[in-house]
Amino acid sequence: MGKKLLLEHINEPGIQSFEVYRKKGGYASVEKALKSMKPDEVTEEVKRSGLRGRGGAGFPTGMKWTFLDRRSEKPRYLVCNADESEPGTFKDRYLMEHLPHLLVEGMITSSYALGAKTSYIYIRGEYMYIVRILEKAIEEAYANGFLGKNILGTDYSLDLYVHPGAGAYICGEETALLESLEGKRGNPRLKPPFPAIAGLYACPTVVNNVETIAAVVPIINIGGDEYAKIGVGKSTGTKLISASGHINKPGVYEIELGIPVEEFIFSDEYCGGIWKDRRLKAVVAGGSSVPILPADLIFTTAKGEPRLMTYESLADGGFATGTMLGSGGFIVMDETASIVENLYTFSRFYHHESCGQCSPCREGTGWLEKILHRLREGHGKKEDVDLLVSVAKNIEGKTICPLGEAAAWPVASAVKHFRKEFEEAAARLQLSAVQKAELATH
Amino acid sequence: MSENKKIEFSIEALATAKKIMARYPEGKQKSALIPILHLAQTEFNGWLSAEVMDYVASLLSIKPIEVYEVVTFYSMFNSKPVGKCLIEVCQTSSCWLRGSDEIVAHIKNKLNINVGETSADGMFTLKTVECLGSCGTAPMLQCGADFHENLTVEKVDELLEKLRNKNERSSYLKSMITDR
Ligand SMILES: Cc1cc2nc3c(=O)[nH]c(=O)nc-3n(C[C@H](O)[C@H](O)[C@H](O)COP(=O)(O)O)c2cc1C
Ligand code: FES
Repeated sequence: MGKKLLLEHINEPGIQSFEVYRKKGGYASVEKALKSMKPDEVTEEVKRSGLRGRGGAGFPTGMKWTFLDRRSEKPRYLVCNADESEPGTFKDRYLMEHLPHLLVEGMITSSYALGAKTSYIYIRGEYMYIVRILEKAIEEAYANGFLGKNILGTDYSLDLYVHPGAGAYICGEETALLESLEGKRGNPRLKPPFPAIAGLYACPTVVNNVETIAAVVPIINIGGDEYAKIGVGKSTGTKLISASGHINKPGVYEIELGIPVEEFIFSDEYCGGIWKDRRLKAVVAGGSSVPILPADLIFTTAKGEPRLMTYESLADGGFATGTMLGSGGFIVMDETASIVENLYTFSRFYHHESCGQCSPCREGTGWLEKILHRLREGHGKKEDVDLLVSVAKNIEGKTICPLGEAAAWPVASAVKHFRKEFEEAAARLQLSAVQKAELATH
Repeated sequence: MSENKKIEFSIEALATAKKIMARYPEGKQKSALIPILHLAQTEFNGWLSAEVMDYVASLLSIKPIEVYEVVTFYSMFNSKPVGKCLIEVCQTSSCWLRGSDEIVAHIKNKLNINVGETSADGMFTLKTVECLGSCGTAPMLQCGADFHENLTVEKVDELLEKLRNKNERSSYLKSMITDR
């Protein structure tokens, strides 16, 4: 069994409560940091750990923290990104629902490192029942002296609040999230300035994913060097993977980065293999935005090496033969799944979620949805397959935020690896058009 | 109820709204807009009329347009009346792979409505939504704050029956705010 740094105590009865969580060693990182470390020493440990952002982009967390403008006179903020809306991703929900105090603890330790006096957890509105769970955990932390004025008798004070959104994938993008937290539409901002310089209320701000912040807890407890020993190369530590689709055991799994993809799919410790004794057809390994890979490419890299669950190994081969770890939303499709239909659900999603600021994304995602809809319904044309690729190309790189890429990559990769299926769908339509014409003449 | 009944929060809701506003720095009360709109939607029958939006604007001392543009952006805010129970079925990839189409078709059939419509008795509105973070327990639907997961048509029948008997308006909010 792999090491569990985040979910170790998840099955402990009552672990949602402060009392049990504390008994299991909870809040030790706050005690250690506030009583024996300077804020910059906490940041240094995070740097040494090699922790990379778990929200999708994989940016080194310690480095991000050092970018925070500490010379500014303005207040600094830590905002936790709990918007989790990338299709296939449900690990943050699992963590917050079952281990709310782990997130609260991580928020306190991280806020201390950054010198934030007020911090917010921005959570997607649909997770409203978790708002209650977090509010309760926060209340308990206040009651036990871990939040509020002079935490543990030190001169560090912190207020922590939960802020619900109201249904918008784009608010997971950090600048859209900040707009939303300011009470506005979630339109992403132009960068620079980056949030580290001008974020919430134009103040220096760090935005981190739920899992990233939770990982700070074991890092401070065991030390950055010890954390960095887990994993392979620049993929250190453990990662939560949300596994769904046509597998025997869907769920959230904490893996040590570096296990083979094949083991993750077939081991009973994780996905438990493909359901109904069927064969594997394709995998979307890191949430809807990353390139889809057919079965042969997901197990081995182009060089013939076993592919591992790491940032580097999944990306090996670039967009020709690789994909990305992304948010760890691992969607598995069996031999019966239609790639065209599945892609249609993604493209409809991105069209629905485009904020509408940039024309290539607003219009392009609509085109993608429309073309896929007619391919799926049997009204498509032969040219539609190339048209999909061309529209995707014309969105990519032409938008303020990466939602454009997120919408384009799944399309480009699906057509690249499963072109025949798209052509068949298009032929099906041509045939039916001919048939229709024939019928009309009778 | 008289036509001209003044749009106003209950005393409790107003107290909650004040508490929410206090969570943001001086002068940044507009930050409270989304949480307060959730509160308003629960207070005023599950949707946000122009009058309700104007009231929320006055509470936060912002222009009505600042409220309208937010309400129309976010999918959880209803700017038209909805049935007592808003049934939101996820239809994105992982749910689709596990049979959400069948769930949607079954509900349509059972309630004799299309997606986006409200049943004749005003009890149910059916909506399809995108990934709600239940992909590992797909297919799923949300009604108010509750997630109903690993759905089968039998489970859906049971749920609709239960909701009909309970006859309560669904709400995303369940004591969102604690006293502090
Ligand atoms: C369209 C879009 C949606 C995103 N959604 C999320 C999300 O739901 N959760 C998240 O943590 N990061 C999301 N991100 C990434 C954030 O912009 C940001 O990189 C992240 O919160 C940083 O935290 P991390 O470094 O801890 O990963 C999204 C990015 C884009 C472009
Ligand atoms: S795809 Fe339906 S909950 Fe994620």
